[in-house]
Amino acid sequence: MLAFAIRRLFEAAFVMVTVALIAFVVFRFVGDPINQIVGQDTSIEDRLKLREELGLNDPIPVQFGRFLANAARFDFGISYQMKQPVTAIIAERFPATLELALAAAIFAVALGIPMGVYTGIHRDSWLSKIFLTVSLIGVSLPTFLIGILLIYVFSVWLGVLPSFGRGDVVRIGVWRTGLLTTSGLKALIMPAVTLGLFQMTLVTRLVRSEMLEVLRTDYIKFARARGLPERAINFGHALKNTLVPVITVIGLQLGAVIAFAIITETVFQWPGMGLMFIQAVQNADIPVMAAYLMLVAFLFVFINFVVDLVYVRVDPRIRILARPL
Amino acid sequence: MKIKTLVLLGALALGLAGAPASAKTFRYAFQGDLNALDPYTLNESFTLGALGNVYEGLTKRDKDLKIIPGLAESWEIVDPLRWRFHLRKGVKFHNGEDFTADDVIFSTERMRSPGSQLTSRAPADMKAVKVDDYTVDFVLTTPNPILHYEWDTWYMMSKKWAEANGAVQAQMSSATSLNSFALKSNGTGPFIIVSHEPGVKTVYKPNPNWWGKVEHNLDEVTFQTIKSDATRVAALLSGDIDMMDPVPVQDVDRVKASPNVMALIGPELRTIFLNMDSFRDELLYSNVKGKNPFKDVRVRKAFYQAIDIEAIHSKVMRGMSVNSAILISPLLYARAGEFKRWPYDVAAAKKLMAEAGYPNGFEVEMDCPNDRYVNDEGICQAVAQMLARIDVKVKLNAQPKAKYFQKVLATSKYDSSFSLLGWTPGSFDSWNVIANIIGCRDADGKGAAFNLGGYCNPKIDELNKAILVETDTNKRDDMIAEAFRICHEEAGIIPLHQQSLIWGVSKKVQIVQRADNQILFYWVKME
Repeated sequence: MLAFAIRRLFEAAFVMVTVALIAFVVFRFVGDPINQIVGQDTSIEDRLKLREELGLNDPIPVQFGRFLANAARFDFGISYQMKQPVTAIIAERFPATLELALAAAIFAVALGIPMGVYTGIHRDSWLSKIFLTVSLIGVSLPTFLIGILLIYVFSVWLGVLPSFGRGDVVRIGVWRTGLLTTSGLKALIMPAVTLGLFQMTLVTRLVRSEMLEVLRTDYIKFARARGLPERAINFGHALKNTLVPVITVIGLQLGAVIAFAIITETVFQWPGMGLMFIQAVQNADIPVMAAYLMLVAFLFVFINFVVDLVYVRVDPRIRILARPL
Repeated sequence: MKIKTLVLLGALALGLAGAPASAKTFRYAFQGDLNALDPYTLNESFTLGALGNVYEGLTKRDKDLKIIPGLAESWEIVDPLRWRFHLRKGVKFHNGEDFTADDVIFSTERMRSPGSQLTSRAPADMKAVKVDDYTVDFVLTTPNPILHYEWDTWYMMSKKWAEANGAVQAQMSSATSLNSFALKSNGTGPFIIVSHEPGVKTVYKPNPNWWGKVEHNLDEVTFQTIKSDATRVAALLSGDIDMMDPVPVQDVDRVKASPNVMALIGPELRTIFLNMDSFRDELLYSNVKGKNPFKDVRVRKAFYQAIDIEAIHSKVMRGMSVNSAILISPLLYARAGEFKRWPYDVAAAKKLMAEAGYPNGFEVEMDCPNDRYVNDEGICQAVAQMLARIDVKVKLNAQPKAKYFQKVLATSKYDSSFSLLGWTPGSFDSWNVIANIIGCRDADGKGAAFNLGGYCNPKIDELNKAILVETDTNKRDDMIAEAFRICHEEAGIIPLHQQSLIWGVSKKVQIVQRADNQILFYWVKME
């Protein structure tokens, strides 16, 4: 187990450095941050001087080395636009994104698994058909459209939910949560549904196909023959055996939900990291972009690591195979 | 279990919906962020406007942009090289300190500190001299009739407070440590910033000790960024906010159709125009080799006359623009009405092209931003199609502003042959346009640095120098007209239009829309 963890740690470091390198190559093509920092009337000499001061004229390997050295100390510099340390901005923005992502994931799982089980068992019922059709619409509509649609129905037309923002937040230590206020919870509903809809569909369809597979196997038939109640067969035996792929997908999707909440955050003006990243790209705010990409890479690596550990717990066969032969 | 909890929470949330905000809170949204509160770190109209509710300059501008007294009650030109400002007495900063001449001297130094973006507010060799506690002299080395034109956004800061907060210098863009000052404020203005989270929310409260006559009836103001156009419109329609800027051109009709909100449309000061590289001996991005067609006035005029400005106005801008014959808004130059655009005339343009030796046209690449001005890419596409009628094949290269400005400005040696730019003279004065846009420059940008095409007529350069020091208003206006006339005659730069300001405003709100697009809520009244 320890060897496995250490090996994974090395892989993680390698992935992070690679991401940083690719990011740095890409930054050369995002444009010039200087013109976004200075005013219209700033002279050309001052612009060139600022370029020099920011170290943008140094060769890429030098810039990269400097970035790595600072990043190793968790120093990502100061945002060109916001004039605040990037770590402070991310610390401020991360809770918003994480709360949104978790709410979306809970929504996806809490609705997706029951829907998947139901449609797996009652293949031909009309309710199953409705579930499947609705979920298909969920995947085919772009996130942006779903968000705007929800806003128009629930904010503009019905006037029951706020159209944007995170509502009031409560500060608990460094964490600012929107989960403890009514306005915060109300503001969370539409973004979470928008962000989780795709994942919900995915979970539904995955659970359904796994269920169909498992329900055909011999041990289910034997369980039936033994006269076990349907409930015990479906949930105790069938569902449990569908969970390995479902956990993998949910895990990876959680990373995706955190990392790619960008569109949902933009539509709902959710003050999370995705919104911050979009702003940074437009203004070529390199310190923010670099830190964000590193964080996302770290999240993926971390989630993958956790998923691997969970596997081992859920599926005993992996535990046995993982022992040295 | 989990599902039950969720359903309960959802029901709870829905049940408690619809609590109205307190009556006199003015909630507004803008597409961009309000970041640092240091009033010297960003020379950009939205930020300066937001801070203009909190800070004040020696001068102010009224609802029509006329210069009026601010923290200075009056001023006089003692001799052309000495301006005397008499400060308002009894003005206090938000922290209770008195505003005095020392703060003016300090603000002059700070305005020139290395991180400041406001260094162009006053000549570098201007000296500020304290006469007494409420009188300051500004001593110049050359006469300058427009010395105080930009002083309405050069905000006065407290010397003592800045020293106590380590804010003696403006935050450097290249700093690796943070000036704690960046998120605090201490002005003299009608509003006080209560809380500020960059990119999320800023809350203002009225300043009960403000020296001026209160014209608003607000108890609180909240500002929030809403980046997405569609969401900003929806937030306004749903009543979550009372005012927002800008309304996207395509949503104006929807806003107008709503019973609770309206679209406030007015002219903006920024002029949009096209630059042709008439500087190089051979164009960088064209199939014409060995010579530069844009050096020929006939080609430039042909381009001008091939552009159907009415079509751009009605189709691309949907009526939300004012066609322009010169490079400055008529609001900023009284004699703008004397100029008429070269008429749209494809036949004449073709004839000019033939005379210039390009009967079959030529190819040229056009650079265009796609997220900087209202429908900028659309304008460029329209121009490209119109030029096809005189057989000029335009290859359009539309990019985000960060990429676009990297390519076309002096920092890359003006790496473009044909481009679109917008310009608002920061001083609201024509000289700024002549000095930055129309005057001559060299290959590195010495001279009129933002003359992207490098169009040059030495006569304009002479006028440029003379206008700068001419104190007689009539003579000065004549020279400005002459400079604009030469540029017009030679079609050195092709002006297109001034885009419109479009604000979405709740019908409960009365607000002043100033052409410089500053959102000033000390003039807001709410029902």
